[in-house]
Amino acid sequence: MENLLWIFVSAVLVNNFVLTYFLGLCPFLGVSNSLETSFRLGLATTFVMLVTAICAWILNTYVLIHAPYLRLICFIVVIASTVQFIEMLIKKLSPALFRAMGIFLPLITTNCAILGLAIFATNRGYGFWEGIIYALGAGVGFTLAMVLLAGLREESELSSIPKLIQGTAMNLIIAGILSMAFMGFAGLFSST
Amino acid sequence: MKKNESYEEFIKGVWRDNPVFAQVLGMCPMLAVTNSAINAVAMGMATLFVLVGSSFLVSSFRNWIPKQVRISCFIIIIATFVTIADYTLLALVPKVHKELGAFIPLIVANCLILGRQEAFASRYPTRLAVMDAIGMATGFLVALLSLGIVREILGDGALFGVKLFSENFEPWVIMILPPGGFLTLGVILLFFNWFKFKKDEFLEDVAEAERSGS
Repeated sequence: MENLLWIFVSAVLVNNFVLTYFLGLCPFLGVSNSLETSFRLGLATTFVMLVTAICAWILNTYVLIHAPYLRLICFIVVIASTVQFIEMLIKKLSPALFRAMGIFLPLITTNCAILGLAIFATNRGYGFWEGIIYALGAGVGFTLAMVLLAGLREESELSSIPKLIQGTAMNLIIAGILSMAFMGFAGLFSST
Repeated sequence: MKKNESYEEFIKGVWRDNPVFAQVLGMCPMLAVTNSAINAVAMGMATLFVLVGSSFLVSSFRNWIPKQVRISCFIIIIATFVTIADYTLLALVPKVHKELGAFIPLIVANCLILGRQEAFASRYPTRLAVMDAIGMATGFLVALLSLGIVREILGDGALFGVKLFSENFEPWVIMILPPGGFLTLGVILLFFNWFKFKKDEFLEDVAEAERSGS
């Protein structure tokens, strides 16, 4: 139990996917212009991560033992079809929700945080529950980073910033400062 | 004429439409592996191989790939080349492969590669597609290298592992840690913007002068 808690806290704060591993930067820099949308995208990503973690575990345990070199192709196909399937499911079950996050769902396929999650979980040899908790932590960490950056960007729109810095350059510098702040959590586990 | 066309596709990727500085694509490997120049070169070469290989294949098969499932087809082609690159690096330079770690398989999710297949290789003849791929990958390599060199010099006081300064140099450790990547790329983008800004201003001045002259 304690072990699971550690995996969760470590994935959210210490080894935050976006700010420490640089995964999922495209949506992080591209879509984070409003709080509302980044929160929704974070939730959708967390959901896909959970499903991917389960699929990756099944694949690893039953299929890929016999053919490790097919790992990458299998994972990417699973992710792409999961996203497609979830898209159809949501469209059928709740059209309102589908409209709310419609454009973001296909984007998730090319989010390297998802593939990264599957690969990291495999490399570390996580079991079923560990994998699920890790996926949950990674998703929460991703949402946290997105929401933080979106909040800062919304604030910065009210202030007068030199025209030259506006846009990606400023977002990157804000992300750098956020990343420095998250480095403070690195001491959390140093005693072990 | 023909030669000019290929050259145009090549140079476009290196400078004007540079994937990183101008289009902000492929950021994840860009920031994650540039803590030393040698890692940057390895990542750049791997991306070059994957991009050129898959552009060649996609553009050769462009008339046979059905429109509805094209993204899945592209992804499977890309994943095949990435697997080849992964095992090749493991065999040739195991040390670099270990440092790049999970970021080699993650080339699959590099939006630059999928973006080029969708926007270019699936629409143009093979020769142009390959030139475009070489240009884009070279632009990516240039960006990786410039970031890697700056971060290694500041963060480690060295270049390609060779010490540059005397004992008195205090390395800025933050530059090889994650925040340094964000900050360095932010500053480089700032310069790129400034350059473009100045150029636009200059072109406007020239147009103004021509108008008043005539």
